[in-house]
Amino acid sequence: MIQVQNLRKEFGAKVAVDNVSFTVEKGEVLGFLGPNGAGKSTSMRMVTGYFRPTSGSIKIGGIDMLESPEQAKKSIGYLPENAPLYSDMTVASFLGFCAEVRGITGAAKAKAVDRVLDLCFLHRVRNQSVDTLSKGYRHRTCFAQSIIHDPDVLILDEPTDGLDPNQKHEVRQLIKNMGKSKAIIFSTHILEEVDAACSRAMIIDRGKVVADGTPESLRKLVPGCASLDEVFRSITRSDLEK
Amino acid sequence: MKNSDIANTLAIFKREFLSYFNSPVLYVIVVIYLLASMGFTFFFGRFLDSDNASLTQTFFFWHPWIYIVLAPAVGMRLWSEEHRLGTFELLMTMPLSPWQAIVGKFVAAALVWAIGLALTFSIVITVSWLGSPDPGPIITGYVASYLYALGCLAVTSAASAYTRSQVVCFIVSVALCILLTLIGYPGIVDSVVRTLPGSLEGLVRFVSYLSFMDHFYEMTKGIFVIRDVLYFISVIVVALIITHLGLRSKRA
Ligand SMILES: Nc1ncnc2c1ncn2[C@@H]1O[C@H](COP(=O)(O)OP(=O)(O)O)[C@@H](O)[C@H]1O
Ligand SMILES: [Mg+2]
Repeated sequence: MIQVQNLRKEFGAKVAVDNVSFTVEKGEVLGFLGPNGAGKSTSMRMVTGYFRPTSGSIKIGGIDMLESPEQAKKSIGYLPENAPLYSDMTVASFLGFCAEVRGITGAAKAKAVDRVLDLCFLHRVRNQSVDTLSKGYRHRTCFAQSIIHDPDVLILDEPTDGLDPNQKHEVRQLIKNMGKSKAIIFSTHILEEVDAACSRAMIIDRGKVVADGTPESLRKLVPGCASLDEVFRSITRSDLEK
Repeated sequence: MKNSDIANTLAIFKREFLSYFNSPVLYVIVVIYLLASMGFTFFFGRFLDSDNASLTQTFFFWHPWIYIVLAPAVGMRLWSEEHRLGTFELLMTMPLSPWQAIVGKFVAAALVWAIGLALTFSIVITVSWLGSPDPGPIITGYVASYLYALGCLAVTSAASAYTRSQVVCFIVSVALCILLTLIGYPGIVDSVVRTLPGSLEGLVRFVSYLSFMDHFYEMTKGIFVIRDVLYFISVIVVALIITHLGLRSKRA
């Protein structure tokens, strides 16, 4: 579903993403791991068509993102970092707007909104202004927006960031369940999430892929390291060392 | 244009238009607009004293100065707010073209302004009641006034594409609108022409021809010239293209 080849992004002289390639098929959940500033968000922003890559190619369900962006974007759902929302709308009207922009109108729209309100446990706040929501609800509202059109591809940038442990658990379960029928990429720097939700993980450091495999195989990557945590620390460098 | 293009533009337009009415800023602006346009007309313009109750000399005369401040106040949220909230990223990853969003939003702001202008209609009623004015200048005056407002709004749209701060957008837009107004202000142009060597007069006249004012006054005199309408339309098109470039630079 997602085919990314030799993706590169430069900001001025700085190379944020360097020669990243991967494919994700339906039924796979790919975890993007890496320290802050590794290039996870930048990669996702290119895959979703927000940033234009300096070079490389992106295909979504066989459709080229650079050649026909509007077509390719149809099958993607995206939860950006920090879960942006229009603060002057209610939860239901925001979701209604997102449905309309995706061509879902009339009775189908009401149905789609109801479905995601259910899935994301938002019924209680459906008529509440986004302004007054707590962080967990804001996050789930933006998450709901990403699945309103039941996309084949789901791209989630730190979907559990800022949630309490119960909410984190719910979101991981949700990702895992949806992963059965969709191609999903999500980024995190919480390593336990990889075990909890991913079928595959990629570790990115300073724009480069430094490891790619199942959570099992990553664990065995560095001799002498027993946990994913130790592997992560031995192959990535922290911001402080730059 | 496909149906889906129109549907996308409409979805953007609808959200934007409704969001104006959720914000107290709009009501404040509309009240200021009405007070200012009436106040200037009746007090400074000595509207009731003037013999011919000519709207063009009193009512429309003040409009550019009102728009210079109020159009940026209405438009400053257009793209700045999207940048600040981060919804810009969301919008640009949805299956629509940037143009659909730019046009949808601009038309929403334009319609808000049309409502404001329609509310000033009481002036026209007063004039009709005081005398029997020629409807020609009133119609072209309204068209000129609205096009002036749209020009200022389009300039504001362009400025808002480049900044996440509504305050910065407001200040930059007001400055640009003042500039575009003053370079064609008859008194200023004449004095510049007098101080500069005669060989530069053509250049000065050309620059002043690019200003909003030049085209505005022609129309408020009741002369409906296609050229002036086309001028404002090209200003809007150019400003929206600059908006597009600004949005693209944010995604570079
Ligand atoms: N719009 C931008 N302009 C310039 N540099 C950027 C921009 N976005 C990201 N970067 C830089 O690219 C690098 C990768 O950032 P990012 O993809 O956000 O990392 P991550 O999501 O893994 O924490 C960082 O060093 C960041 O400073
Ligand atoms: Mg990030």
